[in-house]
Amino acid sequence: MSVHPIAVTINGKAEYLEVPAHMTLLQMLRDRLALTGTKNGCEAGECGACTVLLDGQPVNSCLVLAVEVDGRQVVTVEGLAQDGTLSGLQQAFIEHNAVQCGFCTPGMLISSQALLARNPSPDEDAIKEALLGNLCRCTGYGRIIQAIQDVARGGGAS
Amino acid sequence: MSPKYVGQRISRTEDPRLLTGQALFVDDVNIPGMLHAAFLRSDYAHARLNSIDVSAARSRPGVIAVYTAQDMGDAWQHGPPLVIPPPTIQNMVFHTRTQVPLVKDKVRLIGEPLAVVIAESRYIAEDALEDIIADLQPLEAVGDLERALRPGAPLVHEELGSNLAAHFFQEKGNYKSARQQADLVIQKRILIDRGIAAAMENRGIVAHWDPKSQRLTLWDTTQSPIPIRNGLAGMFGLAEHQVRVIAPFVGGGFGPKIMMFYAEEMVLTWATLQIGRPIKWIEDRRENFYATTQERGQVHDAEMALTSDGRILGVRDSFLHDTGAYDPYGLTIPLNTQCHVLGPYDVPNYYAETTVVFTNRMIATPVRGAGRPQGVFVVERLLDLAARKLDMDRVEIRKRNLLPPDVFPYNNQIIDQAFAPLVLDSGNYLPLLEQAATRIGYQPFIREEQPRLRAEGKHVGIGVVMFIETTGVGPYEGARVTVEASGRISVATGVGTQGQGHFTSFAQIVADQLGVNIRDVELVTGDTAEFHWGTGTFASRGAVVAANAIHAAARAVRGKILRLASKVLEAPEEELELADGQVRVADMPEKSISLGKLAVLANPLRGAVQPGTEPGLEATDYFGPQYGATAAGAHAMILEVDPETMMVEIKRYVAVEDCGTVLNPLILDGQVHGGVALGIGNSYYEKLVFDDNGQLLNASLADYLIAAATEVPRIEVGHGYTLSPLNPLGTKGAGEAGTLPVPALFAQALEDALADHRLEVVEMPLSPNRLFELLQAAQESASGR
Repeated sequence: MSVHPIAVTINGKAEYLEVPAHMTLLQMLRDRLALTGTKNGCEAGECGACTVLLDGQPVNSCLVLAVEVDGRQVVTVEGLAQDGTLSGLQQAFIEHNAVQCGFCTPGMLISSQALLARNPSPDEDAIKEALLGNLCRCTGYGRIIQAIQDVARGGGAS
Repeated sequence: MSPKYVGQRISRTEDPRLLTGQALFVDDVNIPGMLHAAFLRSDYAHARLNSIDVSAARSRPGVIAVYTAQDMGDAWQHGPPLVIPPPTIQNMVFHTRTQVPLVKDKVRLIGEPLAVVIAESRYIAEDALEDIIADLQPLEAVGDLERALRPGAPLVHEELGSNLAAHFFQEKGNYKSARQQADLVIQKRILIDRGIAAAMENRGIVAHWDPKSQRLTLWDTTQSPIPIRNGLAGMFGLAEHQVRVIAPFVGGGFGPKIMMFYAEEMVLTWATLQIGRPIKWIEDRRENFYATTQERGQVHDAEMALTSDGRILGVRDSFLHDTGAYDPYGLTIPLNTQCHVLGPYDVPNYYAETTVVFTNRMIATPVRGAGRPQGVFVVERLLDLAARKLDMDRVEIRKRNLLPPDVFPYNNQIIDQAFAPLVLDSGNYLPLLEQAATRIGYQPFIREEQPRLRAEGKHVGIGVVMFIETTGVGPYEGARVTVEASGRISVATGVGTQGQGHFTSFAQIVADQLGVNIRDVELVTGDTAEFHWGTGTFASRGAVVAANAIHAAARAVRGKILRLASKVLEAPEEELELADGQVRVADMPEKSISLGKLAVLANPLRGAVQPGTEPGLEATDYFGPQYGATAAGAHAMILEVDPETMMVEIKRYVAVEDCGTVLNPLILDGQVHGGVALGIGNSYYEKLVFDDNGQLLNASLADYLIAAATEVPRIEVGHGYTLSPLNPLGTKGAGEAGTLPVPALFAQALEDALADHRLEVVEMPLSPNRLFELLQAAQESASGR
């Protein structure tokens, strides 16, 4: 089992790790860095619970190998609030009750954040399309969509 | 005292933790020295286990132990019956067969565990599974419910001589004679197939026996931590106080996480007792399709007898229910089905007969709805088909049969899942139906809009259906409320929480009673070390049973506060008020004391305590309802079918719900939204597909489609407010209601959209493909081929 040194920036912080070749980004975040906010729902890229930003793009961290993120930037749900202040999206998720059990929530937040970064004023169809890779079994999605619309009306995610 | 929080749209206090990745789920538990488990599962649905050789697996580096049924010795035992069949139904046949921790001699369901590997990592454990040689001799599988009962069918449990698990009937009035009076009898075979709950979090367990402290701690994704604790203690000869079960944040429950016990709960507990190290097992998504309980499979032969003006004279429903390979959950699901066929209607004569069938499939236990959606589907379909025959409006036929508001409490004269008579405690049904019809614009739609759209070649349909939901069953829940020296309030209750917003809605009740800010109320749920009396979160009972227990405990603490404050402030209790975390004399606000200071005075370090008093400002109380509270509702939708692709677009969706007192409308409406989303899946997307060998063909979220953001429409929610007289808060449950009517509604709207095809929908779930087949068949029969 080969082990590889990598340097990666996670939530703005430089990390230097030695990771086995087969380790996924999801496993690295959860098991090596104790960033357990990112959830494992299927390990097959079907549910989106493990979505993180990789160089600003949303990816299923269960489908990315840890060695692939060498020299890159990763943002997880733990990196969305700044100095204890929730982001606009996080705040909107609370106001609209876009959270129930909370298991899909980290992935939903990341996908929403990525959507607003590339399209600050998405219409409802664009939001639904952006959330297609994130399954939720509790909310029926309506409140999540409203929360994103609310942030978009206020000028995008901050 | 006017309520400040109850009834308000209060945002959830638990959300910041969930939104920042700071909420503990079972898979987030990490203990030094923790081992990992993987289960070897049968690839056959039905097979004889001739032998199993685990020696190679045991010698793989990193493997700590491999266990089979033989290794468990006397500890190998069947799981306990979780729900016994009702003792009050006469002439009942019920054969109890409960699940096993590991297969000893015969595999009875696909994915049943044969062995477990405990290793240093999950990777090693999974690799070691490949080293195990299991000699399995496949047997013919039992799947189809009717074939299962024929003579000569392969048997799931040979010693029973048949696959009959249970048989019972219930009767109200006399259906046979009612049928003789009827002008019209609608007779249909109705099929409902299996689906899964698909919580986003798979099941998981961390079991830790600490030999030094002689304590067993189990983090478990269960909806019922207290029964799990008591059951495991009994099963493994431990004192109950030695066992702590923690259900931390749980990523969706929807029913299957109530089960007691899953094989994995028994095996991991036993294994940690052998090894003395913590062991983690997290179900993977594929396992979730096999190893987590499922529901809904039923075959109904149903008929409804009516007068020519559309009044129901009686209903007869004889159905087969698929319980899977074992029946630990008793008759909860089919009893719910029997009860919900009666719906909100005046059905003077009813005959319900249920035959429960063993099959080589995963055990059936409640999935959000728990047998109710099937009952709703049956009665609503029969009404729709009767309306069609009588050339009567669909809303009108319902109006003619609704129970009027002056009949409550209304005894339906059969036994429900709580073994009590099915008494509808309260209700006012007509306004719900009218509200749903008005909100969706039923009349304008059928008179103007639909003809116009049809003329444009569009296939648009409207549906309006009704339902009741029995909720809030006993036996009881409890809670402890404590004022701490900081002035903050801690509340502990036994029910677990899986996203229902309990941290907030329960805190609202306490905050109102004690006059504190809701942010100063801290709730603990689902930890047996904090509170160990109660049953769990299921059957839409949290807001009824647990909420009223919390209400009672908070009132008791309020009483203690007033008694002590009256002495301290030298004022009669009647003149005191609780607000802003203070007790004060109403007319003299300067004469006051904070709850924190009062709590310190109630727990002195020195001095004498009066005999007969208790220290602290704390109380524990319980609530057990006499019988369940019955919620009700009416849903309506407009949909459009694309006749080329058979894809369906829901244009509008209206859900009107009456669940009595609303504790928090923000949370309640969210429950309705989620319930409807599952119902949409149950109607048009989700179906487990098994082949003749009992193999599951779509065991992934890529093949088994749960509704995504594009499938769920905006859901407009309306309310009725008929308070339950059975509990002080007047609440009724709401967790499952949203799901119940959706398949019936979908069927009605589809038929309406495709009226020119004379489509008849008597099965669920459908799919675009299945709808195409049904339309082809309808066309062929219309053209007389």
